[in-house]
Amino acid sequence: MAQTALTLKKNDGTAANWRTWLGIAPFLLFAVLFLFLPSLRLFTASFTDPDGNFTLNNIIQLFSEPFIVNAYKLSIQISAVTALGGGILGFLMAYAVTVGGLPRSLRSVLITFSGVASNFAGVPLAFAFVATIGRQGFITHILRDYFGLNIYDHGFNLYSFAGLSLVYMYFQFPLMVLIMAPALDGLKREWREAAENLGATTAQYWLRVAFPVLLPSILGAMILLFGNAFGAYATAYALTGGRIGIVTIQIGAQIRGDVLYNPGLGYAMAIGMVVIMAISLAGYSWLQAKTERWLR
Amino acid sequence: MSFWRRLRKFPFLSWLWLIIGALYFVLPLIATLEFSLSWDPELPLKAYQRAFEDNDFWETFLYSNALAVATIVVSVILIVPTAYWIRLRLPEARRLVEFITLMPFVVPAIILVFGLIRIYSSSLDVPFTEIELMPPLTNFKMGTNILIVAGYTVLAMPYMYRSVDTGMRTVDIRTLTEAAQSLGASWFTIIARIILPNIRSALLSGALLTFAIVVGEVTLASFLGVDAFGPYLFLIGQHRAYEPAALSFVTFLLTWLAMGLIQLFTGGQGQAAGAH
Repeated sequence: MAQTALTLKKNDGTAANWRTWLGIAPFLLFAVLFLFLPSLRLFTASFTDPDGNFTLNNIIQLFSEPFIVNAYKLSIQISAVTALGGGILGFLMAYAVTVGGLPRSLRSVLITFSGVASNFAGVPLAFAFVATIGRQGFITHILRDYFGLNIYDHGFNLYSFAGLSLVYMYFQFPLMVLIMAPALDGLKREWREAAENLGATTAQYWLRVAFPVLLPSILGAMILLFGNAFGAYATAYALTGGRIGIVTIQIGAQIRGDVLYNPGLGYAMAIGMVVIMAISLAGYSWLQAKTERWLR
Repeated sequence: MSFWRRLRKFPFLSWLWLIIGALYFVLPLIATLEFSLSWDPELPLKAYQRAFEDNDFWETFLYSNALAVATIVVSVILIVPTAYWIRLRLPEARRLVEFITLMPFVVPAIILVFGLIRIYSSSLDVPFTEIELMPPLTNFKMGTNILIVAGYTVLAMPYMYRSVDTGMRTVDIRTLTEAAQSLGASWFTIIARIILPNIRSALLSGALLTFAIVVGEVTLASFLGVDAFGPYLFLIGQHRAYEPAALSFVTFLLTWLAMGLIQLFTGGQGQAAGAH
């Protein structure tokens, strides 16, 4: 049997190759039609002026038009804040259920919960937060009635930067848990024992052994969270009705009607976003590969 | 003595992090539930009753479910044979296909729909002539259905491919194929009657995840002008107070059900999708 398999494989390696490639042709055709052509179209259109000639103007304006620069700034800030906040909370929770000494049964509960929460987004998530800390929200009322604190008098607003960040965190930290739990599992017991035998304290072990090993994985996961927030549209739209000027919302406005009065600039904005997403995915995979050296 | 020792070993900090996270997770759900039940003290389920009485709810909800089923079918037809073929005959295509399946992380829904609309809102003509091969897909119902299912298939691709590929890793594809071939089975029979049943739990988990992405998705649906559940929920959110809360809670329960089933069938790793 193994012999047949071997000869089969050998034949495939030679000239009749294009026939073998036909096997995945439907998949490739689909990807071209519904993924590459649409992306390519946005790409070429962002280098085209209204008369159809090649131009770099749109790309240049991307960095000079205040409207667009501000949108990118806001998106980057929200993504960075929620990646950091969600990353820290997610890491601590993953730590708690893996090596933190909590009962093992809690681990699978948390993982399932995280699977649900990281998929619970968009309109229902926005509504849930309105019911929680909107003006008439559950927590808003509790804070007002029992603690005499009206958060809306103190500048809090659910439909602003802080509010949106709080909502994004809801799908950010569970994603961190899902990525970090397996990584924390990879910490070998022997490392800790070795460190203790050499007289290291717990703090020293974490600082000098565990943390350096985990660092690429933590950074990689946070970069992934960054991209996760950066590409989010539905949640922000449902929460603010399009009144918060992040990149995805502005692109949405541009699709509905040419609000920039320059279609090419709208395409350029979309491509700028793809570039940022690509950089963050590349950073994630690079760091992930680095992690695998230690954590398997 | 032993009490103090046990106290010292008690993982206070771990419990603290877990409780903070759990509160973050649970409070919005409690708030939503509480709000949805507070419409009429006499009739706590009034919001749910009203929400379910609305015909538009059922129409959009069933429509979204149909879209989810269509997406799952298309994904399985595209991805299972591809993943199978790569394992069996074409390992050199693995990197390419994995790269393609990761693309949706780089091209988020809002960009994808932007590109789809720009490409398919013009008709497909025979080059240099006026002869129309295909009218603009965005102009008729079947066309937008095709576009949206294609778009959802793209969004679900990373999860579906990963599930299927992981599922196939545990099955000896080569031996099964050779056995089937020696009994005279066709390629179709091999994939439909031998490979598919062998990776059913992986398929199921991919399918449930796809379901969780598609039902309630708003970005593609609203820009393609499709009357799906996501846009409907958004719309009633603009005009009503209690029904949207009730439906949000129901949506949460559905997501919970899907993830719980995945956990049950795969008995392990949770996965995260991204319809944010």
